[in-house]
Amino acid sequence: MPAPRIPHPREKRIVFANIDREGYTPDIACYLRNGGYEDLKKAVKMAPAEIVAEVKTSSLRGRGGAGFPCGVKWGFIRPGETKPIYLICNADESEPGTFKDRYIIHQDPHQLMEGMIISAFALNVHLAYLYIRGEFPQGAQILEQAIAEAKEKGFLGKNILGTGFDLEIYVHRGAGAYICGEETGLIESLEGKRAYPRIKPPYFPAVLGLYQCPTIVNNVETLCHVKHIVRMGGAEYAKIGKPNNTGTRIVGVSGDVVKPGYFEIEVGSMTLGELINDLCGGLKPGRTLKAIIPGGSSAKVFRAGEKFKIKSKAADGSMVETEIGVLDIPLDFDTMAACGSMAGSGGVIVMDDTRDMVEALNNLNHFYAHESCGQCTPCREGSLWMQKITDRLLAGGGVESDPGLLESVSNNIAGKTICAFGEACSWPTMSFVAKFPEEFAARAKKQVPPPTPPEFLSETLIGAGH
Amino acid sequence: MSTEATTPKPVELVNVQIDGVWYQFPKGTKVIEACSQAGKFIPRYCYHPRLSTPGNCRMCMVELGMPKMGPDRKPELGPDGKPIHNWIPRPQISCAQEVSEGLGVRTDSKMVQDARKGVLEFLLINHPLDCPICDQAGECRLQEFSYDFGPAKTRFLEHKVKKPKRIQIGPRITLDDERCILCSRCVRFMREVAKDDVIGIVNRGSYSTITCHPNKTLDSNYSLNTVDICPVGALTSTDFRFKMRVWFLKETKSFCTSCATGCNTVIGARENLMYRQTPRENNDVNESWMCDYGRLNFHYLNSPDRLLAPVAKGVNEPDWTAALTATASALKSLPPSEVALIASGKMTNEELFLAAGLTQALGIMLHDIVPHTDAGDDILLSTDRNPNTAGAKLLGLCDANAGSKLPAIADGIRGGTIKGLVILGEDATALGLAESELRKLEVLVTTAMLPNLTTASAGYVLPGSGFAEKRGSMVNKSGRLQRLNRAIQAPGLARDDWEILTGLTEAITGTSLGLATIEDVFKAMSAATPALTGLSLSKIGDLGVQLPIA
Amino acid sequence: MQIPTELLAKIDEAISHYPVSKRSASLPLLHLFQEQFGYISDESIAWIADKLGLEQINILELVTFYPMFRREPAGKVHIRVCRTLSCALAGADDLKTKLSEATGIHCSKHHEGFSHPPEVSPDGQFSIESVECLASCGSGPVMMINDDFYEAVAPETIQEILSKYK
Repeated sequence: MPAPRIPHPREKRIVFANIDREGYTPDIACYLRNGGYEDLKKAVKMAPAEIVAEVKTSSLRGRGGAGFPCGVKWGFIRPGETKPIYLICNADESEPGTFKDRYIIHQDPHQLMEGMIISAFALNVHLAYLYIRGEFPQGAQILEQAIAEAKEKGFLGKNILGTGFDLEIYVHRGAGAYICGEETGLIESLEGKRAYPRIKPPYFPAVLGLYQCPTIVNNVETLCHVKHIVRMGGAEYAKIGKPNNTGTRIVGVSGDVVKPGYFEIEVGSMTLGELINDLCGGLKPGRTLKAIIPGGSSAKVFRAGEKFKIKSKAADGSMVETEIGVLDIPLDFDTMAACGSMAGSGGVIVMDDTRDMVEALNNLNHFYAHESCGQCTPCREGSLWMQKITDRLLAGGGVESDPGLLESVSNNIAGKTICAFGEACSWPTMSFVAKFPEEFAARAKKQVPPPTPPEFLSETLIGAGH
Repeated sequence: MSTEATTPKPVELVNVQIDGVWYQFPKGTKVIEACSQAGKFIPRYCYHPRLSTPGNCRMCMVELGMPKMGPDRKPELGPDGKPIHNWIPRPQISCAQEVSEGLGVRTDSKMVQDARKGVLEFLLINHPLDCPICDQAGECRLQEFSYDFGPAKTRFLEHKVKKPKRIQIGPRITLDDERCILCSRCVRFMREVAKDDVIGIVNRGSYSTITCHPNKTLDSNYSLNTVDICPVGALTSTDFRFKMRVWFLKETKSFCTSCATGCNTVIGARENLMYRQTPRENNDVNESWMCDYGRLNFHYLNSPDRLLAPVAKGVNEPDWTAALTATASALKSLPPSEVALIASGKMTNEELFLAAGLTQALGIMLHDIVPHTDAGDDILLSTDRNPNTAGAKLLGLCDANAGSKLPAIADGIRGGTIKGLVILGEDATALGLAESELRKLEVLVTTAMLPNLTTASAGYVLPGSGFAEKRGSMVNKSGRLQRLNRAIQAPGLARDDWEILTGLTEAITGTSLGLATIEDVFKAMSAATPALTGLSLSKIGDLGVQLPIA
Repeated sequence: MQIPTELLAKIDEAISHYPVSKRSASLPLLHLFQEQFGYISDESIAWIADKLGLEQINILELVTFYPMFRREPAGKVHIRVCRTLSCALAGADDLKTKLSEATGIHCSKHHEGFSHPPEVSPDGQFSIESVECLASCGSGPVMMINDDFYEAVAPETIQEILSKYK
């Protein structure tokens, strides 16, 4: 077994408190023995607006990747809304490098249930869906079992805990499309369509979401945090982590470290270096660090040895600029962004000196070209183009103009698409080419482009005619 | 199809700056439309004002600026007293964005130019550059916008994506998936307007492909509209494909005469041959669409069987004067009570007005038109397949119940009480009369374009013109007066029907009607018809005029 | 087409989960059909479309968008091997080669186009498919055999794992 299943002393386990605990089972009896659904009992005695206020106070940021403040998102639901409001749990975990929801779903499903029920109560939701990726068939069964158990115990269904509040939750399985992680793509998918993300404006989910009704889509981990916020109170929760980067988050480390795995840490409580060296046992013997993708495969890559200038508040309140290295970057949303990448979904991919960056990028380019929904032009055409260029580089057909072309193509995608997949698919190319120019240059030596593929010569064109 | 509110609310106007100039637009106007109104055309592929807005092609991106708000939550004003803008650092699509107070738009900044160039490059990399043999050439938006906004040379060194080509996706439509740019207009049209959701997109990413379900075909009576709205050569009309380069076509505004809806059209013709007609936007009639049945119902104009010269009993190869004189004297030889006239709901108002004059000149009491009905739909196609039933009623050729007198006419012919029949643009056998019964008539006069059983029996055959060959007006089922324009000339000696009827009436009465042009006919008609008071052919305009009739 | 009573009950249950729009039940029904019949046939597409009041193209659009659905039968034992970066770094390529050898499946390196039939062993027992990230990146290389999940698969354990499915 590769992952360290005993929590590291530097972890602060809240959401993952029961993950890998000896004797802990996913059934409701076990959950209740461990104080389960007590937070729901507390929540239903509060006014829904109070819960929303606590979530706002907690400064909880979404754990799906974008890090959008959860309370602000919830606040988009208009008071006195007359249309039905839907809650969707995004359990489509599929950003390469990310593996956290899997464990909650499989090992502690009732924690998620409780978080969802509390959130639904807070948002006046009576019908909620749990969109789980298709490749978690057992997870889907476990969640369905959890729903049945919760209903039986009166935590779900009609008149929950005698409050008169009704809620149904249904599990909805995806079928292998990464784009369903994008919330409007997910909504389209849930409506039984191809998961084409919607344009915003006008289709902001909180206004025109599922079935054109107000809809809140939250990540699994985010919804679990809600439960703990209700228990602790928003202000107490906000003491964990750093201002605007509160709470704990689960980071998953994969790639070239001695002990890859998942860790729940206080946000900002450690640096990338500490994560890799202390929690993951460092790099394999004799290897040196080459690159880190810090927040899921879409996050821009860091090159070992890079330096960043970071502004922070000194003790006297004045702003000071300090220079830090890659391994000094604290694991929080804001610093990661200030260093030009993102904390994203918490998936850290480590690569050592044996890795070929063109090959690594090509692997990701295949992923994005395959997962592009194909709806809007730049992403549809650009993602496959970038893949084909890196395919050609690896096959020995690289020309001198290729690195510049890759950069230009990625720039023509980012910021010009319907959804954030445009950035997701172009940032790897943008950052790999910019940060490892020598590796790309080494593969792009031909001065003259290869001949035009024969099927596009004019005579075959005319011959193919009409 | 239009859903206008009965009590229009006062429209709120908002101030919008486009390329430095301030304009006012009604709230709710799309930025792309506002720019067009300001004379700044924004290139687009997926956007169509009559369809939903997916925002997928990314061609219509502009730079948008929101009014900069001061600490007092009021817009900060520049030296010109107008709001200054916070420009969004990324280009935004203009098809989905509505105008808002103080909005700033840049349609031609560096950011916009680069964005367009980028999108066009993406659209072209997998597009076969087969323009020389592509039927869309000349009206291809990809060609046009590449010329206007695109990159000068290709940077694409890879193999293009292979997709199905030359698919007969429906009886009238050919699909080339490699040319498709996946704007989804066709899919949305079929779903939202034609209500026949048979095409869709299969596969994903760059391999996405428009297709019809294998068990179905794109055979809707509205299928050819997908060809019109396809911005590239992916969907082409099997009927029109490779018949003519579009830039050689002379365009004439007209309307469809295949049913009482009267969809507005553009006729494409070259060297006196009509090649196609396509719908022309008219919000009060057909929005932007027309049905396939109407669209393709013109090939008879080009028929080699067209009647080219008049025929008159007893006159060998008559010219028009001889033919009309012979016809007139034959008709005058019978007492008016023994003559009937059958006009057509396909005739123009001017022709019907003159036909009414003819009945008066001869003293004919028994006259009517022939109703043609067939299944309609609730989109455009009317059950009334006559384009001008309303005109025939207005001008008194038939009563409110068109066709009610036809049985009496048929019985009269069979019984021998009617010995003379003038039948204009219709086939009398459609009344249930046998050819032998027609032959019993002493005088049978007909105007026609093509031979039929009536022309075979008639002693007097006067070859007339088709809808694309003449000018004139008709009234559609909603009481809208619309105008035909001449796109091509009638073949041989065939004449404009108004001239035939004028000549015949004059030959009967021996006096001139004083009608030198079709304008004169309209003038006389409007003087005699209260609903047409104050109108002229030119006043009808390209979009028609609503008449004060039901 | 013949639909077993048990499946019909599951279908109706699935549809009941979407009181606002039956169309939402498209994916659940496709999963049920694939579980029952092993793949999504044209007949199944027609049946589902009819059941949900949709056009067949609406269902075909889904079957060709979501990679988990296949239009041809796979092997009795369907193996999905993750190919994405973390698993690739952990030896996914090698794992797939070893799986091919062990099952006798000739896996072609490259595919043109988006969807293609699964590669099936000559005896029809096994099929292998490369899939994108299975969200267990810390324990790569990972694979799924039917609905069972295997992580940190060492090539030397393949025979033992596969023997459970023979």
